[in-house]
Amino acid sequence: MRQEWRGFKGTKWTDEVNIREFIQNNYTAYDGDESFLAAPTEATNTLWGKLQELQHEERAKGGVLDMETEVVSSITAYGPGYISEELKDLEKVVGLQTDKPLKRAFMPYGGIKMAEQACTTYGYTPNPELHKIFTEYHKTHNEGVFDAYTDEMKLVRHNHILTGLPDTYGRGRIVGDYRRVALYGIDFLIAEKQKDLQFIGDGTMTEEVIRLREEVSMQIKALKQMKVLGNIYGFDISQPAKNAREAVQWLYLGYLSAIKTQNGAAMSVGRVSTFLDIYIQRDLQEGTLTESEAQELIDHLVMKFRMVKFARIPSYNQLFSGDPVWATLEVGGLGQDGRSMVTKNDFRFLHTLENMGPSPEPNLTVLYSSRLPKTFKHYAAKISVTTSSIQYENDDVMRPVWGDDYSICCCVSATQTGKEMQFFGARANLAKCLLYAINGGVDAKTREQCGPAYRPIEGDELKYEEFMPRFEAMMEWLAGVYVNTLNLIHYMHDKYFYEAAELALIDTDVRRTFATGIAGFSHVVDSISAIKYSKVTIVRDETGFPVDFKTDGEFPRYGNDDDRADEIAVWLLKTFMNMIKKHHTYRNSEPTTSILTITSNVVYGKYTAAMPDGRRAGAPLSPGANPSYGAEKNGLLASLNSLTKLPYEYALDGISNTQTISPSALGHTEEEQANTLVNVMDGYFDKGAHHLNVNVFGVDKLIDAMEHPEKPEYANFTIRVSGYAVKFIDLTREQQEDVIARQAHERLA
Amino acid sequence: MATLRVHSTESFGSVDGPGIRFIIFLKGCAMRCQYCHNPDTWAKEGAELIDSADLLQQALRYKAYWGEQGGITVSGGEALLQMEALTELFTQARTLGINTCLDTCGQPFRESPAYIEKMDRLMAVTDLVLLDIKHIDSEAHKRLTGHPNENILAFARYLSDRQVPVWIRHVLVPGITDSEEQLTRLAAFIRSLSNVQKVEVLPYHTLGVFKWKELGLTYELDDIPTPTREQIARAETIINSKP
Repeated sequence: MRQEWRGFKGTKWTDEVNIREFIQNNYTAYDGDESFLAAPTEATNTLWGKLQELQHEERAKGGVLDMETEVVSSITAYGPGYISEELKDLEKVVGLQTDKPLKRAFMPYGGIKMAEQACTTYGYTPNPELHKIFTEYHKTHNEGVFDAYTDEMKLVRHNHILTGLPDTYGRGRIVGDYRRVALYGIDFLIAEKQKDLQFIGDGTMTEEVIRLREEVSMQIKALKQMKVLGNIYGFDISQPAKNAREAVQWLYLGYLSAIKTQNGAAMSVGRVSTFLDIYIQRDLQEGTLTESEAQELIDHLVMKFRMVKFARIPSYNQLFSGDPVWATLEVGGLGQDGRSMVTKNDFRFLHTLENMGPSPEPNLTVLYSSRLPKTFKHYAAKISVTTSSIQYENDDVMRPVWGDDYSICCCVSATQTGKEMQFFGARANLAKCLLYAINGGVDAKTREQCGPAYRPIEGDELKYEEFMPRFEAMMEWLAGVYVNTLNLIHYMHDKYFYEAAELALIDTDVRRTFATGIAGFSHVVDSISAIKYSKVTIVRDETGFPVDFKTDGEFPRYGNDDDRADEIAVWLLKTFMNMIKKHHTYRNSEPTTSILTITSNVVYGKYTAAMPDGRRAGAPLSPGANPSYGAEKNGLLASLNSLTKLPYEYALDGISNTQTISPSALGHTEEEQANTLVNVMDGYFDKGAHHLNVNVFGVDKLIDAMEHPEKPEYANFTIRVSGYAVKFIDLTREQQEDVIARQAHERLA
Repeated sequence: MATLRVHSTESFGSVDGPGIRFIIFLKGCAMRCQYCHNPDTWAKEGAELIDSADLLQQALRYKAYWGEQGGITVSGGEALLQMEALTELFTQARTLGINTCLDTCGQPFRESPAYIEKMDRLMAVTDLVLLDIKHIDSEAHKRLTGHPNENILAFARYLSDRQVPVWIRHVLVPGITDSEEQLTRLAAFIRSLSNVQKVEVLPYHTLGVFKWKELGLTYELDDIPTPTREQIARAETIINSKP
């Protein structure tokens, strides 16, 4: 065996890429408590202090510290960069996206207009030569998409029934298996890809064969560039990492290559914790590393993930508020053999939230099972109580589908690490679709005939039997135009903005999923329930156009563990998913859907008129799969129970639920609060739910932070919103008010 | 079969007994505590009548969250005003393996043999009693709640004699229930009992004041602030002190 692999067990992973096999053969499960953890080192404190100064400066400058205006970003576009030139010897993990910390790169391949607008918004002027290059000499993804869009696609986009489509920026959600760089070194990976290239096609040049051959060649070039990037920082990453520090560095350089070339909405890190623990454990045993040094490595790696930045435009920021990058990173989970995969490193990653305070990035995700070690569940819950910075996802529902080496590729969506890529598809606004069914396809905001001119409801009373066939027909139409719009977008993305660096670290024979999404879920469910169980009368304006609804009588609402409403929710999910499935999906990808909206629920709501469930025109939609504001009458667990009824198998892209619990409702002491939270999650996930964002704070704190963002205690005040975490003071005022309005479960104790 | 007069239920109670609990708030209470945060539970009228078996079926929907300690807590209003139905509810709960907890201020307690017999039957199916002692001094108790406290203290002694596990709870209202003298007396009384597992100081809060206004009632403690962290810590020290 190679010297770099000394002490490692197993054989299958040694002659071909097989990270899972390596992990299963070599990790050391840990079921002890957190008492072994080390405090931050002086170097960590110094660097983090410097980085906080920079972040402060960034906020003072309106959200952007510095921007590139001359150089087009690539893996090798810059020389070395450090948090601070004077402190660079303190950095145990090095590498920046550009030459300076928090400076945003120029990435025109998604769309030159967007790249330019991102600069000008913040007072920077990109070199006019770049404009010329990317309009006259080189086409971008955005241009390709708009060349091919049909009129109908432009119309649904313009009317916001499809929103957040990745047609002007990177689609993201592709997680390179960055661990491969550490375990194998780049030369081995190049050799493997070269082997693959020989076996693509039998010489008959179909479009498919030609394309894949070109793609694999691009991947090989990206791998060669990664070696150059290593050289720039003084490392030879052509060979495997010899120790923990190198493993962390090699892995990070792989990730850095991805974020230097792609500005996807989500640029996840993946499931790296247990993998890295194997290296740390070996060094600890060999006596070449102390626990303090191990924690320092993880702290410094996490510090880098806290620094990832992309240049964005204002309309993007409104959708995804607070500058998120979804550098999602997982801890926890069980193996297929039933062993816990929790290692000491999982504690170390969570501990970064104590050593360096709360932070939205990396998007720390606990792969939860009630069978995880009690000590770990308790520690994670404690960190939730004190920092509100982590999310939980049900390993017991994901493992049967994705195996035991999946990563979270965005906010909540699982993907098999190194084996799979995803075509990100944003969301269809089903709340608007419901109104189209009533209005005969006419948009209430623009009054344009956006959907097909099906027969509108003519009477004043909304009768269930009359409404439902219209709604189903309208959903059928929307599913079709939605899938086809995405087919087109992803074709162009592959063509003009191919993710060579990430896909170089994924198997050539890649599985592809096609991730659609639903927005407005709870409002559609409650509106159907209102139509079914009470009397809904249409309020029309002088032209006879429906503008509002009058609802008489009680009706069951989703979020109260009331089967009458929850059955509608299940019906809606299954029906929409089945409609999506009917259509051809690009590159024979497997269609999935999600009930997940990020902070875009506010923007989606703006474009959505009043609904039969009583939601006012323009009010934010309820985020993700959350019940509607004020609908929950029976407390937290009743609300959670409703969520547990949604079948994950029909929403493999994820079902996001965000709950905010006031500390006093969880218990009197921190210990009690953590115990209660563990009990809540054991129950919720045992019942088959998929995801939970946990916030623990009172509404007073939110209001004070909104009114006094300048107070130092709020500088890093982090909260979980649908699918990610964000610094509260970085949200728009509207979104802050939305979060406050949603603050539920503040019950009288 | 028994029917209970229910004000409301809460699926997620984590501060009324051990673990996570399904809370059943019954309707009707004779006490008129000046700081009551649930005055809407005073009247017997307007309750939803729910069969005990149905209530337990509702509760069982949350069993997965209870872990090793959780269960149901019956609160109020005053749960002891519906003692027979409550006994039936707890008996059925026990059959289903549900942990039972009674949250009461003990005011309906009487020492007549007939009452004691009924209470014995209830206590046989009760795992824990959360007993509120509003004030140790009977006169002050009467001013605060409209009732003296002799029978409440008698209830506490009854529970001690029967070795029913109890958590004593005391709502801390600055200027009314926090004097050193009365907290010391309360501590001495608690020490005289042999069944107390826990003593909780519950800080007075004003989250229920809006309900008084909604019901057209005058809230007399308007000027009283909620206790500070220090006041709470001080009360906890006194109340848990050993002689």
